[in-house]
Amino acid sequence: MGLESWLPEGALTTRVEEVVNWGRKNSLYPMPFGVACCAIEMMSTLTSRYDLARFGAEAIRFSPRQSDLMIVSGRISLKMMPVLAKIWEQMPEPKWCISMGACASCGGIFDTYALVQGVDRFIPVDVYVPGCPPRPESLIDAVLKIQELVEKEKLDAHVR
Amino acid sequence: MERSARTPVEIEEQVDGDLGSKRMIVNFGPQHPATHGTLRSIIQLEGETVKSMDLEIGYLHTGFEKLGEFRSWNQGVTISDRMNYLSPLCNNIGLSVACEGLMGIEITPRCAAIRVILYELARLADHIIMVGLQAMDLGAFSVMLWAFIEREKMYDVFEAVTGARLTTSYTRVGGLFRDVPHDFEEQVRKLMGECLRTIQEMEGMLNENRIFRDRTIGVNTISKADAISFGLTGPLLRACGVPYDIRKSQPYCGYEQYDFEIAVEQEGDVWARYRIRVKEMYESLKIIDQALKNLPDGPINVDAPEVIIPKKDSHNHPTGGMEGLIYHFKNYMHGHGVQPPVGEYYRGTESPNGELGFYLVSDGTMRPWRWRVRPPSLYTFQAFPTMCAGQTISDVVSGLSSLNIIAGELDR
Amino acid sequence: MTPVDLQQRAIAHIQSRFSDAFRRTDAHQGQHWVEVERSAIVAVLRSLRDDLGFDVLMDLTCVDWLGKETPERYSMVYQLFSFEHRQYFRVKCWLPADDLEVDSASAIWKSAPWAEREVWDMFGVRFRGLDDHRRLLTPVDYTGHPLRKDYPLIGHGERSNFPHYVK
Repeated sequence: MGLESWLPEGALTTRVEEVVNWGRKNSLYPMPFGVACCAIEMMSTLTSRYDLARFGAEAIRFSPRQSDLMIVSGRISLKMMPVLAKIWEQMPEPKWCISMGACASCGGIFDTYALVQGVDRFIPVDVYVPGCPPRPESLIDAVLKIQELVEKEKLDAHVR
Repeated sequence: MERSARTPVEIEEQVDGDLGSKRMIVNFGPQHPATHGTLRSIIQLEGETVKSMDLEIGYLHTGFEKLGEFRSWNQGVTISDRMNYLSPLCNNIGLSVACEGLMGIEITPRCAAIRVILYELARLADHIIMVGLQAMDLGAFSVMLWAFIEREKMYDVFEAVTGARLTTSYTRVGGLFRDVPHDFEEQVRKLMGECLRTIQEMEGMLNENRIFRDRTIGVNTISKADAISFGLTGPLLRACGVPYDIRKSQPYCGYEQYDFEIAVEQEGDVWARYRIRVKEMYESLKIIDQALKNLPDGPINVDAPEVIIPKKDSHNHPTGGMEGLIYHFKNYMHGHGVQPPVGEYYRGTESPNGELGFYLVSDGTMRPWRWRVRPPSLYTFQAFPTMCAGQTISDVVSGLSSLNIIAGELDR
Repeated sequence: MTPVDLQQRAIAHIQSRFSDAFRRTDAHQGQHWVEVERSAIVAVLRSLRDDLGFDVLMDLTCVDWLGKETPERYSMVYQLFSFEHRQYFRVKCWLPADDLEVDSASAIWKSAPWAEREVWDMFGVRFRGLDDHRRLLTPVDYTGHPLRKDYPLIGHGERSNFPHYVK
């Protein structure tokens, strides 16, 4: 009945939005903005035992122009905040941000003159991961939550 | 080597003023895959040769030293974790050794032996990951993955003992947080066997490798006189022929009982530092083996109720639980707690980076008056432009990965 | 040479060679130190390096004694080390709050410049003869010297002063 009966075997119909989102969520290119101790746990997540490549996020790119998921891992100081902002600006849409660890989410244990008390004051964050540092399983959970977010997006979500 | 210019703007002016020059400025960092942490170098190149280098640090400055003045003597250990985050137990133990020196406390033999085992395990973790990252920077990606597998096994041991993988906060003034689990020796021996095989595999991959040797032999050499003048310590100093190791010259935690050698090389280049790190890993395995064989029984905490809280039903207190309860109260009440005598103390320990020193000034209250960290990475990074003089840009990458600069410790 | 001997030798050397600059000596838990006048600090350090063999400046820092009964508000602390004798020694000098200047030790040891830049950054002490006097750890346009005792832990609002990016 309908269009499906005319199509050859092996063809599916779906909405453009779903295909685009399915493609995006299963091939996220993380950009590890590794700064401090959380960066070491992020490196653990990317290596053999807690392999993040299983979830499609294998191709880590250190260039913001080629990535779509920024993982801010570590405490962001006064000098580093403009750098973070510039890197965020350089990433093309669509882009998402994970704020990994207590320091990136809210300043952590360091309520001092030199640390930004949470990067979400200055750049938009999608998922926060608590922990000091969070276990690799928590970071994997965060990437899965980003995948859920991507799945539900509308096609024009990232159009300015 | 020419003296480096003052600021990037001044470098630009110097270059622009000489029209037709072949100089180029390359900004290396602070966000870059090959910088180990948030370091920035502004390199002036002529072709591929480095003419001058200006360094900028402070991208991870958190205010640890200021924060240390607002935390009690025992709370300071949580701050020390986050400095050298590749081997946090070394920082914890270094801080506790300095605090105990300030107060004149002698730790128990069991505590000393456990601290030595964990210190050497942390040194193994640091060196193995440094060799892994050094290899990755030069192209051998698998070596880094092997190193991380071993590090995960060490994390399992740390988690079983301290409760956390990375930020352990394990030591207290006068003792430890808690005793090791009953299967500690079994876990550590299994780990040691697997680690030994992995280090041998890594050596097999890198020692005779033409690419690795060409990129490390003769690269980033520093002379002995320069190394001493710059205040270098640890593997970098031993690579220049100075056989100085704090574990032998001013031992702490009972290091004088263990039989191990100091790794020394003469050339002072990247290859020498790599050889020293590998040798130190083998020596660490030896020390852990000896410490495990002779692990004494007994209490892990010092029997000094002003410092370590006694058990509430402790048999030491003839009046029963009341005195124990009072000591508990006094140890935790604001304005009380661990209160060293008025004075100051400096103690350096042999961390995998070099000499990690703590300079503690006490005014008799529960908070330090000055909590100063002597970071080995600061003095190492300061010597980096001298090491890179006249080398090519690829030697800069190779050299930076051999220095073991941890930005957390450098910037504090 | 046992550890205490070299420290005593250093104290005796300073007392005899720099008798007008010598102020006092003290010790805690076996670690001795000497306090000298700030005008003679570089000469004392150079003499300790050349005559007594303290070939390394392990650390250089400053302590702010606001509110305590001390000769002046700030004290500079120099940790020296001798490889031959494996022994540390500490030298201090006092700086008044209204004249925070001292000669730089960068001509004696190459490890001094960055440590002095950090002391300038954190305490506001100027070093005569230091080539590169920029701030080391805080941003270029930062005002204030964080490790002074009258500077608040949470700062003066610099940490909230960045532009906000909307998605």
